[in-house]
Amino acid sequence: MKRYGLWKYLLILLVLGFGVVYSLPNLYAPDPAVQVSYTSSSQTADGFLADNVREIVAQQDLVTKVELENDYVLVRTDTYQNQLIIKDLLSANLTNDVVIALNLAPTTPRWLMDIGANPMKLGLDLRGGVHFLMQVDTETAIKNRQDGTLQDLRIRFREEKIRYSQAVVQDDSSIYLKFNSLQAQEDAEDYIKDNYTQFNLPLITDTDNGLLLSLSEAEIDQIESDAIDQNLTTLRNRVNELGVSEPIVQRQGKKRIVVQLPGIQDTAEAKNILGKTATLEFHLEAQMDTPRSRKTSYPYRNGRGAPAFLQDSIILGGDQVATAQASFDENGLPQVNITLDGEGGSKMHRATRGNIGKRLGVLFVEQKTRTIYERDLEGKQIPAQETYEVKEIISLATIRAALGTTFRITGLDSPSESSELALLLRAGALAAPMTFVEERTVGPSLGADNIQAGVFSMQLGLFLVLAFILFYYRIFGIAASLALTFNIVLLVAVMSILSATLTLPGIAGIVLTVGMAVDANVLIFSRIREELKRGREPLEAIDAGYNRAFLTIWDANVTTLIVAVILLSYGTGPVKGFAITLSIGIITSMFTAIMGTRAFVNLIYGSKKNLERISI
Amino acid sequence: MTFNIDFLAWRKIAIIFSSIFLVISIGSLIFKELNYGLDFTGGTLVELSYPEAADISEIRGTLIEGGFEGAQVANFGSSQEVLIKLPGTISDTLGSEIVSLLSSTNLNQEIDLRRIEYVGPQIGSELRDDGGTAMLIALAFMMLYIAFRFQSMFAGAAVIALIHDVVIVVGIFSMIEIEFDLTVLAALLAVIGYSLNDTIVVSDRIRENLRSLETDSTSEIINTSLNQTLGRTLITSLTTLLVLFSLYFLGGELIKNFALALIFGVIVGTYSSIYIAANALVMMGLTKDHLKVEEPENADNNPLP
Repeated sequence: MKRYGLWKYLLILLVLGFGVVYSLPNLYAPDPAVQVSYTSSSQTADGFLADNVREIVAQQDLVTKVELENDYVLVRTDTYQNQLIIKDLLSANLTNDVVIALNLAPTTPRWLMDIGANPMKLGLDLRGGVHFLMQVDTETAIKNRQDGTLQDLRIRFREEKIRYSQAVVQDDSSIYLKFNSLQAQEDAEDYIKDNYTQFNLPLITDTDNGLLLSLSEAEIDQIESDAIDQNLTTLRNRVNELGVSEPIVQRQGKKRIVVQLPGIQDTAEAKNILGKTATLEFHLEAQMDTPRSRKTSYPYRNGRGAPAFLQDSIILGGDQVATAQASFDENGLPQVNITLDGEGGSKMHRATRGNIGKRLGVLFVEQKTRTIYERDLEGKQIPAQETYEVKEIISLATIRAALGTTFRITGLDSPSESSELALLLRAGALAAPMTFVEERTVGPSLGADNIQAGVFSMQLGLFLVLAFILFYYRIFGIAASLALTFNIVLLVAVMSILSATLTLPGIAGIVLTVGMAVDANVLIFSRIREELKRGREPLEAIDAGYNRAFLTIWDANVTTLIVAVILLSYGTGPVKGFAITLSIGIITSMFTAIMGTRAFVNLIYGSKKNLERISI
Repeated sequence: MTFNIDFLAWRKIAIIFSSIFLVISIGSLIFKELNYGLDFTGGTLVELSYPEAADISEIRGTLIEGGFEGAQVANFGSSQEVLIKLPGTISDTLGSEIVSLLSSTNLNQEIDLRRIEYVGPQIGSELRDDGGTAMLIALAFMMLYIAFRFQSMFAGAAVIALIHDVVIVVGIFSMIEIEFDLTVLAALLAVIGYSLNDTIVVSDRIRENLRSLETDSTSEIINTSLNQTLGRTLITSLTTLLVLFSLYFLGGELIKNFALALIFGVIVGTYSSIYIAANALVMMGLTKDHLKVEEPENADNNPLP
């Protein structure tokens, strides 16, 4: 029988030790906790905030522990009920410049955290929370861009004295221009080629002195990805307002954004804040002499004022608002401070410097969806979703001076009006409207039940399999049982290190791995039995069994791994969770079932010369 | 365990049996179709938990009064749990509306929200397409891998067995009208993995015996190989079934159909690796000569890791 080198034992011990240490954090149940941090990222939580929190929490006789972490204050407690009480207590007593979020605080001992050992992340189906998938309407962003370009072109044509009779953005987002003469058309064509790079060349002309400008593929891609990036940023800010610890906001595919909010219980509120598919537009108020075709009348939001005419040209959009904060002016009257980004600032400056004394309107554009019923060919009513826009004025204030990147809106009636306006201004920073295309909400009680069901089924499954193989293979069964148990430990350790998310289908994957990982040992042991029957010496039979079974095990596992990887790349949600644990389980089981059992068997039988029989 | 069963004597019966089953499955898929779950149809689903046994007809009445005409209401797991489904709906707010409607008409009972799911129509069809694609890609990769590791006849036989298994499991789901959702799809792909596992173990032994056994009769070699691997096949199926049954009974409602699909899959997969894959090899006319051109190395001589 082949000797098993010392280094192999050491390697196995090393891997096992590592597995035990890194899976250890999962044994410490997290504390329900409340996390308090400042809204503004420039302000970090300090002793002052911690003392404040401590004092407030002390009002109630609850088990708590207040800790000051890097950038937040953490209040740990013992039950989920107390967690909610503490959250309400803090929201009622703290000033509104803090974010209060529910959290599950890990109780991992310091020494484990120092070596980077952390528990697995639990999926929403295990800890409760909401998952949203939102579709970004990038076509609107493209159309808006073309609208802006058209405004610009009108001004340029006037400056260049190019006379046109028609200038519109068509439904397919291309710009159609019609000129008074062939000369004007040619001038325009040259001018556009020289000054605009975003259109498909050559520009398409027609016999009516018309010109068609369609955006190039590269430009469309750019606009789309800018729109999605902008929306991601906005969603992240909105999620922060909701007060969620460990939220996920990320792009999925070309036009979609995934938002996951663990621990959120009020899904309607979450949806309201996230789903505010609103954009902002800053317009100058129209004057008496503004032609009818260049102005539109809009109602005032909530009927706070009379409807007013605004000029159709947009100074800038909500995506250029960096922040908006409610505060009070020197006389203690409510106001809203607005900060624009650099480009927005210079646009604002250009638009307002010649218009002091006139009024600046802010238009709030909300995308709403409603269900309408259409009749199909057979006269059956089929529901369809229709989006429509509601445009309302949220502010119409006199321009006192040329405005720049920062300015303020005063003359508001009450603090509640100023905070609402600030919220609307902040909320407006979506580059393109979004719709919810998928929602999955799991209540906390179902999450807890799922964990319990998962753990129970794993325990029973493991117990049944261990009982069977111990009975069937005796000493070798001990080796296989140890291998199986260590396989779970290793699997959990790898999941924890990769900070992979454990879901209910993921647990199912682990349970399935338990059943299937035995296969490798069954293959080896059957081979050993066969070899014994053929009359080989026990040690030789062990050797031959391991050698001959190896390739079979390899092939069988590689094919299963291929399936798991395909699942991983094509699957979403539940499928992915299952595929992750299955893939990791296959890899770890190869190690434990082949190397692990071999080491154990060698330890027991390897040193004995002239072995008569083995227990298999 | 030693077996000496003349598997190939049962060949014709197995073929007839499988054919009948396949025809029934395909027929059921055509005429009854699959009972697609929300993941694939799109729509809204709400699961609620009542403190006492819930009155289903009362809930249904409330929902109809509230304007949710097509709502399907049923118990889910226990008499306190209620599952409300609105398949094919395209508004993302119906779930919250149902929850607030039921909580406001049921003030004396505290209703616990277990989950809300909304799947938009385009997502549903995408998930279906992706699922189908994943399945086909998996089959293609399997074929390539086996053709590379073994020989093209083995690849053909394995894929015939896989298609046999998938069609029958899906057929059973259609016949007994069990909901087919994303987790079941995942289970189905796992069935492919599992069934292939079995087929490979058998094929591996057939290859080995083709090279080492004296006899020239392929049928005899295949029969010997099946008998040699039968013990292992049964034990592995048994341990896998043990964990699957524990998942089925203890894993909760969300895992039940997943476990069920795998239970059917393991049973059908075990049967198919014995009768279908091996049969296909015999029928394709595999002989020793097909392996002569292969690499000369013998499986025995491969080193340990």
